[in-house]
Amino acid sequence: MARALDKYLRKGLSGTTFCPGCGHGILLGSLLRAVDELGLDIHKTLFVSGIGCAAWIPSPHINADTLHTVHGRAVAYATGAKMANPELTTIVVSGDGDLASIGGNHLIHAARRGIDLTVICANNEIYGMTGGQTAPTTPIDAHTMTDPEGNQYRPFDLAALVLAAGADYVARWPVTRARALTESIKRAISTHGFSFVEALSPCPTQFGRRNQFDSIPALYDDLDAHCVERGTSEAAPATNGPRFEIGEFSRSDLFANGSAEQK
Amino acid sequence: MTDSTISSRSPETSSPKPEYLLGNVAATEGALAAGCRFFAGYPITPSSEIMHLMAVRLRELEDGVFIQMEDEIASISALIGAAWAGKKSMTATSGPGLSLMMEGLGYAAMTETPCVLVDIQRAGPSTGQATHVGSGDVLQVRHGSHGDYMPVAFSPWSVQEMFDLTIKAFNWAERLRVPAFLLADEAVGHLRESAVLKKDVETWDRPRPQGPIEEVTPFGTAEPDGVPPMPHFGEGANLLVTGSTHDPRGFRKVDDPDIQDTLVNRLTAKVLSKRDEIVETESYFLDDAKVAVVAYGFTARSALAAVKACRKEGKAVGLLRLKTLWPFADKEVAKLSAHVRSIVFPEMNLGQLAGVARQHAQCDVVSLPQTNGRVISPGRIRGTIAKVWD
Ligand SMILES: Cc1ncc(C[n+]2csc(CCOP(=O)(O)OP(=O)(O)O)c2C)c(N)n1
Ligand code: SF4
Ligand SMILES: [Mg+2]
Repeated sequence: MARALDKYLRKGLSGTTFCPGCGHGILLGSLLRAVDELGLDIHKTLFVSGIGCAAWIPSPHINADTLHTVHGRAVAYATGAKMANPELTTIVVSGDGDLASIGGNHLIHAARRGIDLTVICANNEIYGMTGGQTAPTTPIDAHTMTDPEGNQYRPFDLAALVLAAGADYVARWPVTRARALTESIKRAISTHGFSFVEALSPCPTQFGRRNQFDSIPALYDDLDAHCVERGTSEAAPATNGPRFEIGEFSRSDLFANGSAEQK
Repeated sequence: MTDSTISSRSPETSSPKPEYLLGNVAATEGALAAGCRFFAGYPITPSSEIMHLMAVRLRELEDGVFIQMEDEIASISALIGAAWAGKKSMTATSGPGLSLMMEGLGYAAMTETPCVLVDIQRAGPSTGQATHVGSGDVLQVRHGSHGDYMPVAFSPWSVQEMFDLTIKAFNWAERLRVPAFLLADEAVGHLRESAVLKKDVETWDRPRPQGPIEEVTPFGTAEPDGVPPMPHFGEGANLLVTGSTHDPRGFRKVDDPDIQDTLVNRLTAKVLSKRDEIVETESYFLDDAKVAVVAYGFTARSALAAVKACRKEGKAVGLLRLKTLWPFADKEVAKLSAHVRSIVFPEMNLGQLAGVARQHAQCDVVSLPQTNGRVISPGRIRGTIAKVWD
C-alpha cells in the first residue's frame, strides 16, 4: 500500500492476516485512498464489521474507531451508533456471507430506512474464513466445501437486491478496477443516505483452489474478464460462467426490462 | 482514573405525588429518569406498552432516539452500538425476543457495554401463552449466552419497583459496564397501582477516561476485578471494540491463554466485588420463623399474604423476598437456612431458582412450581407450608 496511506494504519501491527493474493487487502487500500481523498476526519469516522476474513479489513487495521461485532449484525450495530451520534461517518465493511446470508435482513431494512450509512461488501462468492462453504453469492456450478459437485442454487445479485430495498447509492466493481472502486467508495460516503458498494474480491485460498485456478493471476484475470462495465461497449465474455455488470446503478435500472417503476 | 460518576438530576418526567399507573409505564419513566436516551425494540406482548411510551417520550427529548428495529437481534445490536456512541440505552422484550438476544447479550458482556434489557416474562417455552404470566427466563438471563458472564438482574414486585429497580438496573449497568436486567413478570408489568415517580433520583454514569485518550485501556484494569474507563466513538480513542478475546487496548488475542483467563474472570469478578451492594432482599416475620418462604416478583405478593395468614394461625412462618436475582442472594439464603427447618420456594417455572437456592441452603428447600400461565395463589403456598409444617 502507498506510503501516504500508512498514517491510517494502526501502529503495532505486523502485516495483515490475509492470505497471499486475497482481494481484501486491495479493498482496504481503496477504502483508505477514498478516506484520504475525501479528507475525512478519521476521528469522527466509525468502521463497523461483522465476522469473517472481510470483517478484518477495518479491524484492527484502520487506526480509527472500529466496532468488530458478531456474525451478520454489523449493519444493525452501525444503525444504533449512527442514530445515537449522527456526526459519526459510519462505514460498514464486511463479507458476502456476513452481510447477505446471516445478516441479509439487517441489510435490506437499513437500505429501506435510508439512514446515512455506507456499507461495503467484500464479495468473494464464498465463506473464506470458515473453510470455503457455499455462500448466497456462490455462482451456479462453482465447487465449494459444502457443494463439492457444484452449487445448484442461484446466487443473489447483491447490487440489485439492495437497490430494490431502497438504497440511495449502489455500485459494483471488482478490486481489479481499483480506481473506479475508490471513486465509488468516495461517492458512497458522500451520499447522504444509505449507500452500498459491492467489491468483487477474489479468495484464492478457498474459492480459487477448489475451482481449478492454478494461479492467483488466473483467478484475477477470470474475474476481470467476466465483468462488463455498464454504459460501455465492453464486450460480454465469450466464456461461460458468471457475468457481472459493473458500475453505478440507479433505481430506474431495476425496471429497465419493461415494468413500470413503482411510485 | 476510572471512577464512575454520580449525579442527581431532576427529570422533567417525574412528579412527586403518587400516581395510579401501569407497571410497564413506571418502568419506562424509571428508565427516562435514569438517563435513558436510546431505545431500540421489536413489538412483543406483554412488553409493548414500554415501546409505545418510549416512542412518544424519547421523541419529545432533544437528545432522545427511538427506533423500531426489524427484530430483536437487531434491537440489541443497535443498543450496543448506541451505548458506544455515548447514550444510555435500553430495550424491552419478552421470552421469544429474549431468546433472540442471547448472542448480543454475550457480546455486551464481553465488550463491557452498559445497557439495560427489560424482560416482561410470559409463559413459555416458545410462543407459549403470550398474554399469560411466567418466570421462565430466570436461568436464561444467567446462562443463556455461551461462555461465562455475570449479569445483574432485578425482580420488581410492585409498580413502584418497576420504577425504582429500572433506575437501579441502569445505575449498575453503568457502574460496572455490564448488561443489566429488569426481570419482571407479566403480572407486575400489567399491574395498575399507585407509585411515586420521584423527582430527584440518584444516577450513575459509566467510568470515563481521565488522562490522555491515547493511553486509555478500555478493556483492562490493573485490578483483577476492576471496571475500565469507557471512551465513546468520535473522541479520538481509536477504539478496538471486539467480541473476540482482546487485550486491555482491544487488540484481538485469540490464542493467548492468560489473556483469555484474565478477561473472563474479571468479567465476573467485577460484578461479584460489588455483590453486597447489588444484592437486595427484604425480610418479613423471619426473626422467630421455623419455616421460611423465599419468593420474588409477583409471587412474593402471594407469598406475603400466605405468610400473614399462617401467622394468624399461630405458625411461625416468614418471608425472604429477593429483589435481586443475579448475582444470587447466596449468603442471605445460607444464613436463613441455618435458622429454619425448611424453605418453601414458590415460582412460576419448574423450580429454576429453587435449584440454585438448594446449592446454598443447609435445610430442605421445597420447590413449589407452577407453569399454568396464572399467578400462584396464597392458598397454594399455604398448602405447601402446611405440608412441610407437619
Ligand atoms: C453465529 C455464527 N455462525 C457462524 C459463525 C462462523 N463463521 C465465521 S466467519 C463465517 C463466514 C464468513 O464469510 P464472509 O462473510 O463471506 O467473509 P469471508 O471470510 O468470505 O471474507 C462464518 C460462517 C459465527 N462466527 N457466528
Ligand atoms: S481465506 Fe480467502 S478471503 Fe480469507 S484471507 Fe484467505 S484468501 Fe482472503
Ligand atoms: Mg465471503
